[in-house]
Amino acid sequence: MKVLVAVKRVVDYNVKVRVKSDNSGVDLANVKMSMNPFCEIAVEEAVRLKEKGVASEIVVVSVGPSAAQEQLRTALALGADRAILVETNEELNSLAVAKLLKAVVDKEQPQLVILGKQAIDSDNNQTGQMLAALTGFAQGTFASKVEVAGDKLNVTREIDGGLQTVALTLPAIVTTDLRLNEPRYASLPNIMKAKKKPLETVTPDALGVSTASTVKTLKVEAPAPRQAGIKVKSVAELVEKLKNEAKVI
Amino acid sequence: MAILVIAEHNNGVLAGATLNTVAAAQKIGGDVAVLVAGQNVGAVAEAAAKVAGVSKVLVADNAAFAHLLPENVAPLIAELAKDYSHVLAPATTNGKNYLPRVAALLDVDQISEIIEVIDADTFKRPIYAGNAIATVQSSAAVKVITVRTTGFDAVAAEGGSATIEPVSIGGDAGKSAFVGEELAKSDRPELTAAKIVVSGGRGMQNGENFKLLYALADKLGAAVGASRAAVDAGFVPNDMQVGQTGKIVAPQLYIAVGISGAIQHLAGMKDSKVIVAINKDEEAPIFQVADYGLVADLFEAVPELEKLV
Repeated sequence: MKVLVAVKRVVDYNVKVRVKSDNSGVDLANVKMSMNPFCEIAVEEAVRLKEKGVASEIVVVSVGPSAAQEQLRTALALGADRAILVETNEELNSLAVAKLLKAVVDKEQPQLVILGKQAIDSDNNQTGQMLAALTGFAQGTFASKVEVAGDKLNVTREIDGGLQTVALTLPAIVTTDLRLNEPRYASLPNIMKAKKKPLETVTPDALGVSTASTVKTLKVEAPAPRQAGIKVKSVAELVEKLKNEAKVI
Repeated sequence: MAILVIAEHNNGVLAGATLNTVAAAQKIGGDVAVLVAGQNVGAVAEAAAKVAGVSKVLVADNAAFAHLLPENVAPLIAELAKDYSHVLAPATTNGKNYLPRVAALLDVDQISEIIEVIDADTFKRPIYAGNAIATVQSSAAVKVITVRTTGFDAVAAEGGSATIEPVSIGGDAGKSAFVGEELAKSDRPELTAAKIVVSGGRGMQNGENFKLLYALADKLGAAVGASRAAVDAGFVPNDMQVGQTGKIVAPQLYIAVGISGAIQHLAGMKDSKVIVAINKDEEAPIFQVADYGLVADLFEAVPELEKLV
């Protein structure tokens, strides 16, 4: 089967972001960017499905600026066969991204689409579910295990009280949770080979998709700082403070 | 304005998260209706009708809604949503699963995990793992929103007298089926609702040592949580994870034991009222957010703490 994987270029998860002084957003100038960690897991799962002989072709897609080609090349180095960049310099909401991905799904006709469960910048956790609604496909969100069984997909999902397993009719959408797998590193020869793999660029206009949004960001602020605490010297002092000062036990 | 709140429930019991979501709906202002979708949910509907501030309870009782599979419940909610200005669900794994699907069916953006209501169109929500707070405004005909439950104090579970109306829309979309579930068993309070949370990290060294935390938690009436490092090391199951990718908690007291305090963990607990850190590394970032820090070996400090509380 053909597998489509969506990846997003985001600020590296180790970076401590700073809010711009004019409250228009966070400062992303000269900040290290990477592939969103949940997207790495999505690519890895697709590559493993190919190694098992389940997936025949892996197409990786990103919606973002031309610099997102770096993340697509990374995915190609990890084992994806070809890449599509939907190039836009606008910061799009999840629904617009889902509509663009729907247009790519219509063109590519994959049996399985894998996305991360959320991007660590917007923390939305929406795109996979929205793409499922737009395509009419079944969805297996927050997946910690994925098994193809004939024309069905068994997905074990991480839910609040534990784990839940659902059987989905293919084609289907899966979003990855952290425990689905441990992504591999790209080897140097594979990074070199990835440079020769095909990478196609399209625009939202060419896909015929409007990216207008009903939500706008008015301002972005730093969270209220916590007051500096104190260090206690002993357990006895800690208990005394919790009982008499903080009054929480 | 009329607001539809989707109830969270499990095995015939209305979940506390619903009460926090109703509280957010009241901040928006307007008539609050609650949808209870599921199978054999009569008791849940009656509990929802007693919730303070709820005027109407809609009950969709259908085998297809038993496990809130989004392929089945999203069309139901989208159909009902046309009569409302806002649709709210708690940001639980269920709410996060079906609500974006509802938003896309309605062709509107969704606003995730609001922590504050400014007015009927404007909300605050954390981004970048809680390192920034965005104020967003929606012009959508129907505002579709998930609510971070720790951002709103729960309304009273008693005192209301809403009418109960059955709805018979939708059914099995035939795209998905529930196979089974494996729920972690625990006698302690639920993590997201507990007043006190004791969490362990990689410093616990193994799963056996979590017994120290269970003993302390039982004495305090606390829930036990964990950092991702402790979950990935296999010490405890993943539903105990607190953080950006796990559960968000805001208890009165959060005791972090052997947890360094990575930003992804802090995103899940930094709104706790009082934070205590016990760590032998005095440079650990957790001490920057802790109200009370104790630099000590947890294997000595935790048993001593258990004796003294």
